Amino acid sequence: MSYRSKTFKSNMITYGLVAVFYIICEAMLKSGHMSSLMQGLLVPLCYYMVLAVSLNLVVGISGELSLGHAGFMCIGAFSSAVFASTAGKGMADVPELIIALIIGAAFAALFGFLIGIPVLRLRGDYLAIATLAFGEIIKNVINAVYLGVDSHGMHVSLKDVKSLHLEDGGQVIIKGAQGIGKLPRNATFTLGIILVFLTLFIVLNLVNSRQGRAIMAARDNRIAAESVGLSVSRYKMTAFVISAALAGMAGVLYSHNLANLQATSKNFGYNQSILILVFVVLGGIGNMRGSLIAAFLLTLLPEKLRFLSNYRMLIYAVVLIAMMIVNSSPKIVAWRKVMAEKYFKRGKAGIDEPEAAAAAEHVPTVDEAASEITADLAAAEKEAARIDEHEADNNAEKED
Amino acid sequence: MAETTERYLLDVDNISIAFGGLKAVDHFSVKIRKNELYGLIGPNGAGKTTVFNLLTGVYKPDAGSIVLDGDNITGKTTVEINHAGIARTFQNIRLFSNLSVLDNVKVGLHEHYKYSLVEGILHLVKYRSTENAMDERAMEILKVFELDGYADFKASQLPYGKQRKLEIARALATDPKLLLLDEPAAGMNPQETVELMDTIRFVRDKFDMTILLIEHDMRLVSGICDELTVLNFGQVLCQGETKEVLNNPEVIKAYLGD
Repeated sequence: MSYRSKTFKSNMITYGLVAVFYIICEAMLKSGHMSSLMQGLLVPLCYYMVLAVSLNLVVGISGELSLGHAGFMCIGAFSSAVFASTAGKGMADVPELIIALIIGAAFAALFGFLIGIPVLRLRGDYLAIATLAFGEIIKNVINAVYLGVDSHGMHVSLKDVKSLHLEDGGQVIIKGAQGIGKLPRNATFTLGIILVFLTLFIVLNLVNSRQGRAIMAARDNRIAAESVGLSVSRYKMTAFVISAALAGMAGVLYSHNLANLQATSKNFGYNQSILILVFVVLGGIGNMRGSLIAAFLLTLLPEKLRFLSNYRMLIYAVVLIAMMIVNSSPKIVAWRKVMAEKYFKRGKAGIDEPEAAAAAEHVPTVDEAASEITADLAAAEKEAARIDEHEADNNAEKED
Repeated sequence: MAETTERYLLDVDNISIAFGGLKAVDHFSVKIRKNELYGLIGPNGAGKTTVFNLLTGVYKPDAGSIVLDGDNITGKTTVEINHAGIARTFQNIRLFSNLSVLDNVKVGLHEHYKYSLVEGILHLVKYRSTENAMDERAMEILKVFELDGYADFKASQLPYGKQRKLEIARALATDPKLLLLDEPAAGMNPQETVELMDTIRFVRDKFDMTILLIEHDMRLVSGICDELTVLNFGQVLCQGETKEVLNNPEVIKAYLGD
């Protein structure tokens, strides 16, 4: 059927883009044409792509504005880091990473489920604010936790190391705000790309399954969905849990890319969640390929603008606004369509453009989300500044 | 008692609901036989749509009982009631507007063609065979409504009349015992209304369906309904065969005033 082959073609283009990106980066790496700064950005690019696509599952496909995505990333990062510094210690890289990914995804999914129970009863703005709160709670609780292990098993405290009451030879794993140290740092670009593929595979296939249809039906019209016998809350939960699990995997990639893992407002805070939402909104809500491209560009952009020094974030903000206008202004979308038809004579453009147009008018929350984003731009750009400083620090660390 | 309930597909006995002090529906009863085309009419604000919402579990009746084909469905949720066999359309069309026309019907087929989430994500053999069967069935249903040529369209791109038809198609895809149509001719021109009458009759015969419809268009009501109930201020004004009801002086008074 033409309809399905069209989706298939579009999906293949998305996979193809990621493959091309991987091949180019690998070629540049092998031939030594990549700066060490860029090399340090490769893994972050991957986890931002995974985060963007997974958040798009909730925001675009399920139609719920979630602002706590960084919280699930945080859970994935910490659960896998605990594993890496206990049972995973001394394991070979590949099995350690596989188990870490499973653990990270499982814990994030579990928390997604638990948080989903109260949160998914809410709608619209209320849901957004509740997810925001839960995201902050996760980060702040983990920031305060002390976790140790001795022959009696795990000890948890929210006070200090002493109150763990570890016996001699016991090991402190999470030291409150100091986080977890001495991590294996074995994440690679290849692993990141595999995760991007896995995420795309899961999300794109889900969208084209009966469960995905049910999720989108519940988004488009809740009352009608119930009237044809769909249990709306069940499918909202499905989308939410899968999205949380994928964000957890991104967190695993994050924690395995660092020597020291701490829960700060830089990496797992509200601003991080907003940054991911910016990827989703700019890429087009419900448009997975757009999310990938937006995550790629907006992670790279601040680095590439470094030469502008103090004006960097100003330019970044201007580019953000420009992208938003180009992406969703109805007149420009129509103009793009006309131009595409003129120059490509249907063919290639025919695949891309209706999608972009569809994305533009996709969910009613687009405009709301966009206006919200505008308000949050200032916060987002500040955060982006902090993030790339943070990443630059990481790079510096790596080079040491 | 048991015998009488079995003769009827739908047996609504004295349901009532009040919103605050307003008795929206007051001791409403109706009995509908299998394969019957039943009309529910009444002036604006008489409580017709509220009756539909009571029948489909959007509201729970304060009193009374609803029995569908021997199942007591009083107080059940919308989802459970759909599974028990009632499907409906809405006065203000409610389609899955961003999904394709085909997918709208496939959502209706959701409960009848199943595979697990894992099979769906991995696109295993069962996924393919089930999806193909769903496509086939959905196209069959679309053909009945002459919508098969629009299968790839987004639902929101359809013209108004076709959106109404698609809503009926989606409801039928859930394979109901009873179909509720809420003002199917609203906003249609006379030509479209005549076509719709044919479609409704056709659906009744082809799918062996029992249909309860709310309608304002007297021509449509008198043209296709076997029996009528007239509702006024939440109460049954008159009930019986279409011709008799429409000639009842009280009904004329309710519609046209004194």
